Amino acid sequence: MSFLDSLWRQRLELLLGAGRAAGAELVEVFLERGDRLGVLAEQERVTSVSPSFATGAGIRVFLGAEQGHRDGFVSTNDLSEKGLLRALDQALGMLSLQRPGGNSSTLSSFQGLAELSDYGAGKQDWLGRCPGVQTIADRLLEGTERLEHHGQHLQARRGNYSRDWQEVMVAASDGTFARDLRLHQTLGLSVLAADGEHRAGVARRFGSTDLPEDLMVWDADGTASDIASSSATMLYADYVDAGTYPVVLANKFGGVIFHEACGHLLETTQIERGTTPFAERIGQPIAHESVTAIDEGLSPQSFGSLSMDDEGQVPQRTTLIENGVLKAFLSDRAGELRTGQPRTGSGRRQSYSFAAASRMRNTFIAAGPHSPQDLIGSIDRGLYCKVMGGGSVGPTGQFNFSVEEGYLIEDGELGKPVKGATLIGDAETVMPRISMCANDLDLAAGFCGSVSGSVYVTVGQPHVKVDAITVGGR
Amino acid sequence: MLDPQQLHDQLEQLASSQGISQWDMGATSSTDLSVQVDRGEPRQLKGAQRSAVTVRAWSADGRVGITSSTDLSADGLDLALRGAAEASAFGDLQEPPGLSCRSTEPTEPIERPIREAQPIQEMLSTLLDAERQLLGRHNSISTVPYNGLSERSGERIYLNSLGARRHERLSSSSLYLYARAEQEGRKPRSSGAVRLAHGSAELDVQGCIDEAAELTISHLDYAPIDTGSYTCVFSPDAFLDLIGAFSNIFNARAVLDGLSLSSRESLGQQLAVPFLSLWDDARHPANLGATAFDGEGTPTARLPLIDGGVLSHFLHSEGTARQFGVSPTGHAGMGAKVSVGPDWFEVGATPGAGSGDTSLDRHRADGVVWIDSLSALHAGVKASQGAFSLPFDGWLLKGGERRSIEAATVAGDIRTVLRSIVSLEGEPEVTPDGLCPHVWVEGLAITGEAE
Repeated sequence: MSFLDSLWRQRLELLLGAGRAAGAELVEVFLERGDRLGVLAEQERVTSVSPSFATGAGIRVFLGAEQGHRDGFVSTNDLSEKGLLRALDQALGMLSLQRPGGNSSTLSSFQGLAELSDYGAGKQDWLGRCPGVQTIADRLLEGTERLEHHGQHLQARRGNYSRDWQEVMVAASDGTFARDLRLHQTLGLSVLAADGEHRAGVARRFGSTDLPEDLMVWDADGTASDIASSSATMLYADYVDAGTYPVVLANKFGGVIFHEACGHLLETTQIERGTTPFAERIGQPIAHESVTAIDEGLSPQSFGSLSMDDEGQVPQRTTLIENGVLKAFLSDRAGELRTGQPRTGSGRRQSYSFAAASRMRNTFIAAGPHSPQDLIGSIDRGLYCKVMGGGSVGPTGQFNFSVEEGYLIEDGELGKPVKGATLIGDAETVMPRISMCANDLDLAAGFCGSVSGSVYVTVGQPHVKVDAITVGGR
Repeated sequence: MLDPQQLHDQLEQLASSQGISQWDMGATSSTDLSVQVDRGEPRQLKGAQRSAVTVRAWSADGRVGITSSTDLSADGLDLALRGAAEASAFGDLQEPPGLSCRSTEPTEPIERPIREAQPIQEMLSTLLDAERQLLGRHNSISTVPYNGLSERSGERIYLNSLGARRHERLSSSSLYLYARAEQEGRKPRSSGAVRLAHGSAELDVQGCIDEAAELTISHLDYAPIDTGSYTCVFSPDAFLDLIGAFSNIFNARAVLDGLSLSSRESLGQQLAVPFLSLWDDARHPANLGATAFDGEGTPTARLPLIDGGVLSHFLHSEGTARQFGVSPTGHAGMGAKVSVGPDWFEVGATPGAGSGDTSLDRHRADGVVWIDSLSALHAGVKASQGAFSLPFDGWLLKGGERRSIEAATVAGDIRTVLRSIVSLEGEPEVTPDGLCPHVWVEGLAITGEAE
């Protein structure tokens, strides 16, 4: 049943008109209803089923160019007319604005909302088509059972599922009026293997967008077999020797390194903060000529894809780097206002309690001409990072990533497994060192946490070779 | 304002009408204000009014179901209770959580001031002035890209069908200033500081500016470090970060799940050097976020975790305590599967056992690495394996003089770290996460970028 429908038009127009009448350059309202479910299975039983529901609104008010497009943002759970007006008043007050007395519903400086762009119209039955709790439980337990079947020395086996269904509406005083329904599902399997002092934790996570029945096609046995194989390998792995090596990063989640090390620096929020070294380098080389990088929100069912962004704009395909040359930044409404970079449909937020910011969607390095073996074969002594863990980037562009599953490269061949590696460096140094890209581009679902909360993203790349990077170890 | 009595009566009535005899509820309500600035201009001003409620209901056969919502109205509570009752059909029969037997015990209220939020323009003015002062401290400090001043006032309640009616209010304020410095031909450097208080008028703004400036300037003159094994001295913040990241050692839930480095048999075993003791103390007077009760309504209390180097207690919820045959300790969350976690650590010397090598002094040390702050703990800590490999900000000490380390990681095993502590230097210092002295540890692996 639709909660956010065209009946909201009148109330939203009153709010937006009141904000404009108070002197705001632009007012935006983001409404959200969320229906979420988490299920956890451990060993042979389901130990947690956690449904949650949320409604809320975020109201953002911008001043004009002469005041630097300053903005105030207020979020609330109270969607009553009174509650929304209170939130608007607070946002206006932050900018020393006040609704005029008397009938503040004047539309004199506000032309009204456009026709509703309803991207959710064909998605109304998605929530109902999602699997029920019993089906989810059965599939998770199938996963933990298959782990037991394939694995050895498994001390803990876990499967977890989460469903995030979101109905959103965006209305702004520039006429923007749009609605969407979103569905994200994730499924993870993990183990902790232990044998005496030896321990290894291995996890795999999958995510999909807009596919209500996705859980039903999940290959539980294949996932369990993959995890069991990795945990058996890593259980007795030695710690990697610290040093500076050439490395080969595997495809799929290996793309997290570009996402963290470079992608964040190409968001206009970083230009606004003065924390990207690339602010003035459009048209200049910032990476090796073998690197072309793209961010887009269009690929069907990819975790970072959107019908519209959280500011009501249709997402685009944005070429960030082409043959090593910086081409564009990712920009949201505030980014366009403050930096002049055109909007790319990248305004994203975790929920109504965050103001949108320029964020990545599906971000990847394009395929190159080589085979993965060409990359490995070109290295006498180095590190192959088969599975990457998480990472982060600091305010000076310094990044770090953990390597969950690594192998030494010796004389152009994969050698023994190693654990405990951390890759550190900075984008300006490392991007020119990505000297070879393979022909096996693949993508992986992930989460990205930043100024506007945690959002769904895809990272990706083919196998890539970095000529030298510092590897933290023992 | 939340009215615990009214909510309790409402829920009791709803539960009765739905045939639910055992239930509990946790709810929070808060208002937040925050400001950020950018080179003399306001950057973003934010406010929020939030509420959240979590309701649990038990079925006749003892299974628990749960539902969370943002709707605290009567209709919202009705829906949440119905949702919880429906979810209980999928509850865990083997290890179901129950109501805490201590949830109706009298609890000592925490004495603390509740401060009204300052007008946002005053907050803005304070932060703009702080930024201006910090930018003026050194000509290399070009921006303060991460900064913020926030105020929060909130309340939380816990109610259950045994008659528990817990309620507390809290106000808090935080200031953070993270500066970025750049010099010609050198890499940008960054550092910062944080201050907490019950209200923004009480924040040590000057101390925050001084610390952020001093730290940022101290990292301007940097050099790579040789990879190798070093004696390290952890700042209180860094050591508490490390302890927090491996708190599954003390977590009874993790023990039962096979995810802890400890087992049931670990209690009473030597975990650390004899002069190290560790407590968890949610009610410590210096803990600005002190809470009087946990997510199950159990009163919080000071609990020794390591006593004379020996693992002495685990942190418990109602469910884990029942399995261990002990009392809940006040460290539970609220859920269908109840999480357990620490509140606020206190690291100190074991009474009568000294504090290790008292001759060690970081202001006279040579060849020692001073680790000021650790980063990327979410990625570099393998909590269930005991291993860590973490980037850090710090200095190499030569004759007591600090030289900033360009970029490096520190790696090790937490169990080895706890047994390799050689000194607790100086008086414990208050940090947001606890109380801790500087901690010296020998034999840690440092990876640097020196050729």
